Amino acid sequence: MKKELVFITVIGKDKKGIVARISTALFKKNINIEDITQKIIKDNFIMAMLVDIKDANCPMEMIVKDLEKIGRQMGLIIQVQHENIFKMMHRI
Amino acid sequence: MAFSIEEIYETARMILFEKLDIRTTTLGINIKDCIHSNFSRFQKNVYKKIIKYGRALVKHAKEIEIKYGIPIVNKRISITPITLVMEPHATREKYISMAKTIDIAAKEAEIDYIGGFGALVQKGTTEAEKILIDCIPDVISSTQRVCCFLNAGTTSTGLNMDVVKLMGDMLIKTARNTSNGIGCTRFVIFVNAPEDNPFMAGAFHGPGEPETSLNIGISGPGAVRSVVEKNRDCDLTELSEIIKRTVFKITRAGELVGREMAEKIGVSFGIVDISLAPTPLPGDSVAEIVEAFGIEKIGAPGSTLAIALLMDAVKKGGAMASGNIGGLSGTFIPVSEDSGMADAVASKALSIEKLEAFTSVCSVGLDMIAIPGDTPPDTISAIIADELAIGIINNKTTAVRIIPVPGKKAGEKVNFGGLLGEMPVMAVNKFSSAKFIKRGGRLPSPVISLRN
Repeated sequence: MKKELVFITVIGKDKKGIVARISTALFKKNINIEDITQKIIKDNFIMAMLVDIKDANCPMEMIVKDLEKIGRQMGLIIQVQHENIFKMMHRI
Repeated sequence: MAFSIEEIYETARMILFEKLDIRTTTLGINIKDCIHSNFSRFQKNVYKKIIKYGRALVKHAKEIEIKYGIPIVNKRISITPITLVMEPHATREKYISMAKTIDIAAKEAEIDYIGGFGALVQKGTTEAEKILIDCIPDVISSTQRVCCFLNAGTTSTGLNMDVVKLMGDMLIKTARNTSNGIGCTRFVIFVNAPEDNPFMAGAFHGPGEPETSLNIGISGPGAVRSVVEKNRDCDLTELSEIIKRTVFKITRAGELVGREMAEKIGVSFGIVDISLAPTPLPGDSVAEIVEAFGIEKIGAPGSTLAIALLMDAVKKGGAMASGNIGGLSGTFIPVSEDSGMADAVASKALSIEKLEAFTSVCSVGLDMIAIPGDTPPDTISAIIADELAIGIINNKTTAVRIIPVPGKKAGEKVNFGGLLGEMPVMAVNKFSSAKFIKRGGRLPSPVISLRN
């Protein structure tokens, strides 16, 4: 079955446990992490995580809600977006 | 990864911090098939069709917001110009009754605004259209979401000055019927009105449109301002290139949302309108883009060129991004909805005359402008006539949405609430145009219309 790829962008201050918290939440939802990259851009810690949600055990709305909740608890902004928007905006 | 982290962050940043959003998804629906000799059956048919499509629009808009993490601010419907379907039922009572039906349907489907309660009167008016024009103030005061429009001219037919003559009295009556004259925010008069414009108050589903058509309006003043601010010292040629690149990206996001929504609802995809629509929120302002160009306050000398350059770059970037550019696709300068514009009025940098100049190079009209409540009706009609003349002669859309605020004088503040924003009431030229407006008739089509 074709992959359903989604980017999770985390913006804020680097701290312990970010990857652990997010990956635990994803594991519980049966979501596979395909790739992770991170960088400091203008004093902001940015992490982008590419995940495949095709086998997820809950709808995307729930994934977004739970990740946003983790973001609030950890003082981070977490944005979840289907890869199509990046394909459209950054590739011709 | 297929994308660099900078690219991923750029998209996230535009949405999270620069207020990039889908300003409106407007579903145009044909209601000609709803016509029935029995008026209650006719109303029921219209009601059912609006509810059916309205609910589908709202449901799928929510899904797409979640999927792409991009806000879809407004969900709207435009319908066939109402006079085209009301001809056999054209009485004052039935127009108002139909407006109320449409208003209730929009409310139940959770649609923000519903447009199309208007007429195409560029060459003259039918009896049904005369009755509609006469009852527009009552249609607006007895509804909350219904928007009215008139197309009073085209470059190929000229300008119907008999209709323009009526506008002063009609707008004053509309203003008096509603608090702060807010009813006037739901009426637009056009020339060269596009049949697929997604923006209110002037959206309608033109007679040349298919059964249904989903049109998208994007909003990216914040994203454009951000790149202009980062490039304070480059020359205008380079600035144009930088704006083009940003607009390309935001238009692509609009195209993606439009195509996917149309597919989910099961309707045809219409157009992306690349107008830079502002909101009163800080940072989401067209005025601030011009000010980031290096102009102290919008309205100062140089502003007309700045707006011309901005819009040309927006069109070039947008046209590369989508094969379906349409609607108005000009810069919106709704004064009260753009806090930077309202500031420029307060500091006396910006006048109605300068706004009129902007519309000759790019923008689509005098939009959301509060004027004194005691402005003579002929003067209001004459302001409209001037603006529409620019559209007729330059073969482009122009429009007027003007609010004579009851009891307010020039310089006093008026707050329309929410996204409609606030502004100081603008001063109007005191000299009379009454004898000129009284003449009526039709401004003949200009020689540039003879193209065959």
